[in-house]
Amino acid sequence: MKLDTSGLESAAPVWGAPSELVDGFSAAPSFEVPNTTDFDGFQKEAIQMVKPAKGTTTLAFIFKEGVMVAADSRASMGGYISSQSVKKIIEINPYMLGTMAGGAADCQFWHRNLGIKCRLHELANKRRISVTGASKLLANILYSYRGMGLSVGTMIAGWDETGPGLYYVDSEGGRLKGMRFSVGSGSPYAYGVLDNGYRYDMSVKEAAELARRSIYHATFRDGASGGVASVYYVGPNGWKKLSGDDVGELHYNYYPVMPSTVEQEMVEVAGA
Amino acid sequence: MARYDRAITVFSPDGHLFQVEYALEAVRKGNAAVGVRGTDIVVLGVEKKSAAKLQDSRSVRKIVNLDDHIALACAGLKADARVLINRARIECQSHRLTVEDPVTVEYITRYIAGLQQKYTQSGGVRPFGLSTLIVGFDPYSGVPSLYQTDPSGTFSAWKANATGRNSNSIREFLEKNYKETSGQETIKLAIRALLEVVESGGKNIEVAVMTKEGLRQLEEAEIDAIAAEIEAEKEAAEAAKKAPPKEK
Repeated sequence: MKLDTSGLESAAPVWGAPSELVDGFSAAPSFEVPNTTDFDGFQKEAIQMVKPAKGTTTLAFIFKEGVMVAADSRASMGGYISSQSVKKIIEINPYMLGTMAGGAADCQFWHRNLGIKCRLHELANKRRISVTGASKLLANILYSYRGMGLSVGTMIAGWDETGPGLYYVDSEGGRLKGMRFSVGSGSPYAYGVLDNGYRYDMSVKEAAELARRSIYHATFRDGASGGVASVYYVGPNGWKKLSGDDVGELHYNYYPVMPSTVEQEMVEVAGA
Repeated sequence: MARYDRAITVFSPDGHLFQVEYALEAVRKGNAAVGVRGTDIVVLGVEKKSAAKLQDSRSVRKIVNLDDHIALACAGLKADARVLINRARIECQSHRLTVEDPVTVEYITRYIAGLQQKYTQSGGVRPFGLSTLIVGFDPYSGVPSLYQTDPSGTFSAWKANATGRNSNSIREFLEKNYKETSGQETIKLAIRALLEVVESGGKNIEVAVMTKEGLRQLEEAEIDAIAAEIEAEKEAAEAAKKAPPKEK
């Protein structure tokens, strides 16, 4: 399978074939297709087999002061928790963040690749790429690998010349612009808290607290989410990590243990 | 593939690329084209050979637009120009599609120059025989720009430049008379420069003006009017030169 190595290619092609001069468009990646009677059915089965459930909770929202991005840190393989300390918020460059949901390797690799492309764009054009442009580059790459088993559900959050930007991009090739997104198996729970508490005019502190609470509630109910709730803020000067709290401890912040009155105390009985 | 590896553009013993230099000759034989950048406007002017009686002059537009905010004029082989312009137009739209932003003037100039360079380093093809003047406004900064490319694939930004026939004389004139202008003054400067080498008259030059709002081709009547103004100013200057010695 031809990987997208456009970030690593050298400038001049060795075989200066005329066909390269004539078209402007390069071929999409592809691989050999097996001979089956029912190819569509085979494709569906293959997709189901490789499609992980995107066990995670990530969210991001735009508010008056910028963009707030938050995620949990649990990685699960079926019922086995493989890690409680996964970095799910990926730093593409100093003013853009990506979130990870789906295949960890896929997300990490393609975000890194996107970072390379953004940097090359900056060098070539002497100005930063917009969040719109960056998300479109990623979406186009993911679209060209559609049906090949990539699993990526990411949000690209950043601050550019036009202000705060937030896009949802996934491995089906979809790309949506929006003000609030949550991705992953814990997203329904996160949406419940986020949509309820969201206001556009929040301060950074209030927005951070909302993001933290949303992640906490998702980790409470969703088995595939847990670990540490990280909260990042993207402002005009770039992103900044605000907090990373263990959700077990957060629980006692929200539901502190109340001392209760003892009605009957158990007494040690002497002897047998 | 073996048939395509005979390169046409090869180095000479003393380091010249003769095909590229011959292409520059072809440019020097092409019609004169001038571009002048002002503070809020960029003007392109091209020499128009007198149209044959039966020719529909509207089909021979020499100044074309690549996008809403970018225009191009060229000197040299017009058929090569058509190919280059089409590729540039596609690239402008492709850029809009992939990054949801219009191209900057520098980007599309870099693309065209890159294309011209590719054809000096490939087998079985000859260089494009034209130099282009590319003008436009950058989408967000709103800064006007004028760039020039040539058959070797080099490009640079200019305050004012000329290419094609007698471009040296035009450039000399511009170097002497250029100053930061805006609006109508810039248009006059461009037409004055072109009239140095072209017969006066609206039917001999084609002028287009690029502002933030877009490209506007000037009507023959407008050009005639400005040319007349220029003539009048010239005569007044001549008269003023002759008068003082008598007064002394």
